[in-house]
Amino acid sequence: MRILFKTSYLDDIRLFQHSGQVFWYGLLTVGLLLAPFVLGDFYVGELSYVFVLAIAGVGLMLLIGYTGLVSLGHGAFMAIGAYTNTYLITKGVPFLIAFPAAGLAALLAGVLIAVPANRMTGIYLAIATLAFSQIVEQLVIRWESVTRGFQGMPVPAPELFGHALARPWEFYYFCLAVLILVVLAAINLTRSPTGRAMVAIRDSEISAQSLGVNLVQYKTIAFALSAGITGLGGALLGHKMRFISPDAFNILLSIQLLLMVVVGGLGSIHGAILGAIFVGGLPQAIALMRDYLPPTIARTPGLEPGLFGVVMVSVVLFEPLGIYGRWLKIKAFFDYFPIYRRATFKRQRSYLKTERVR
Amino acid sequence: MTLTETRTDAVAPSASAAPRRQADAPALFEADDISIAFGGIKAVDGVTFDVAAGEIFAIVGPNGAGKSTIFNLISRIYEPTGGRLTFQGQDITNVPPHTIARRGIARTFQNIELFEHATVLDNLLIGRHCRAKPNIFAEMLFTPGVRRRELEHREAVEEVIDFLDLANYRDQRISGLPYGVRKVVELARALCARPKLLLLDEPASGLNTEETEEVAFWIDDIKNDLGITVIMIEHDMSLVSAVSNRVLALNNGRTLALGTPSEVQSNPAVIEAYLGGEAP
Ligand SMILES: Nc1ncnc2c1ncn2[C@@H]1O[C@H](COP(=O)(O)OP(=O)(O)O)[C@@H](O)[C@H]1O
Ligand SMILES: [Mg+2]
Repeated sequence: MRILFKTSYLDDIRLFQHSGQVFWYGLLTVGLLLAPFVLGDFYVGELSYVFVLAIAGVGLMLLIGYTGLVSLGHGAFMAIGAYTNTYLITKGVPFLIAFPAAGLAALLAGVLIAVPANRMTGIYLAIATLAFSQIVEQLVIRWESVTRGFQGMPVPAPELFGHALARPWEFYYFCLAVLILVVLAAINLTRSPTGRAMVAIRDSEISAQSLGVNLVQYKTIAFALSAGITGLGGALLGHKMRFISPDAFNILLSIQLLLMVVVGGLGSIHGAILGAIFVGGLPQAIALMRDYLPPTIARTPGLEPGLFGVVMVSVVLFEPLGIYGRWLKIKAFFDYFPIYRRATFKRQRSYLKTERVR
Repeated sequence: MTLTETRTDAVAPSASAAPRRQADAPALFEADDISIAFGGIKAVDGVTFDVAAGEIFAIVGPNGAGKSTIFNLISRIYEPTGGRLTFQGQDITNVPPHTIARRGIARTFQNIELFEHATVLDNLLIGRHCRAKPNIFAEMLFTPGVRRRELEHREAVEEVIDFLDLANYRDQRISGLPYGVRKVVELARALCARPKLLLLDEPASGLNTEETEEVAFWIDDIKNDLGITVIMIEHDMSLVSAVSNRVLALNNGRTLALGTPSEVQSNPAVIEAYLGGEAP
């Protein structure tokens, strides 16, 4: 059983709550830094892909998991990021300017969609964002002078201070650095007034407002930030694929992003990353399993999307807190070891007696 | 303790000695002939009252009388169809709803509107929002300035936790808390905003006798120690007579009576409304 003694309010603000966390996150960082030395190019590339997904996932998590606003169209922000980045680079703009500009372009698109989105919630918002992603897709197809339409665009390797990050491990380290910065920014935000205002909007708009949260302002901030971060992910996804075309950013990508945050665990940054590992790793896991499965199952077309669907439904049914929620329960079991109660995570019934008979 | 700095200098009229607020003392809050209709129903119909600084003002009336609607009008959640709301001499009838808290009005809700998936501590910290000056770029970097302000908010919150005895629940999520505790957390969250005027919507509903007595003590402390003026909606007449200076009785959106608790309780129209049947 672990007991934490807190001696200062700083203990609750700190990035790491106790030395155990410092150790494990340190170990993880060292492991990730050493990975390219032991893994082949293929797996280094796959890991970079997971990082890219995780960056976009953190963006979507801020919107869905923290502010409670659904988006079925976040693939569109990835498209905006990827095309802005690639277009600027082909026009001779240095990557170090094109990359933030890609995030900025997506951020502005996020502000734009926030205007109508501020008037809707739930299913209407989901449909509006879906419509938005369709508009962006059409725009990418039709605006050939910039996007080259269905022809697509090759994406040159990102260049840092005149050095092209052409080899997989170079790109790997760059993605890792961006991911760490994005995660730090997101965590910092969630332990500050802005992040708390977002959580307030998620759980009760009416009391958020009565406590002084400007709903329009904070929903716009959430959309803008979320879109901007996802746009950065999109720019990197372009580099990862080395070629972008409209069908790379279709509705399936948006759904994969949604799957990531839901399966990973809504309302936590950990969830976005675990979700990215899941979504990025599942195709590999399926490929590895193929050899051991009966041929009739292994060769079934649509195995991967089918599995995604099954997992999504099971998570929603059985573990609404996602992978991270399950992990917290396991951890709590060991932390409280002899005295763990099964009901620890059960919701209390809170009865209401508003209609009182006198 | 900084919590007591907000104490107002106005002396509260005690229930027995000075039932009506002195005409020369400026009212902290005034509602002048406010009305609102939903469809054809006039939920609030030309209600006028004022509340002096340091007073505990109760609103009573049967279900559907329009009591909560008055709070929603003050919070600017509903748009009044007529009338004027004044707070500290300023007209707040048309200000945006999110500015109400910063002006010094905090509230609780009849059906408890807490942030379910956050901890008690986070709920109370959100209560500080109207006293925070968020700067998103500084926050993303978590600059020393942000850290310092976080500590200041935390200290303010801890004072409220001490005041309402919530230390045991500090790190628990709302979704795991029993009903009675949630009511206290919601009160605490409102206090974290350091209001001058506190609106309590049925603070004792659903509570047992001991919990209700505790609420009565807290309301007294909120007035006497923190110097906060309270408007309270309450069914429980024993609580109302125990703590409030003046009572407004409503029925069908209209004022039935306004006066001391005993005056209102003996008013024939009030008795009529409570015993059923339409008031004439
Ligand atoms: N948002 C709303 N839409 C329609 N009718 C409402 C709304 N809010 C309140 N009402 C109506 O106004 C009347 C007063 O409600 P309320 O103020 O909640 O009563 P109470 O005095 O019990 O708090 C009721 O008839 C209620 O149905
Ligand atoms: Mg009510």
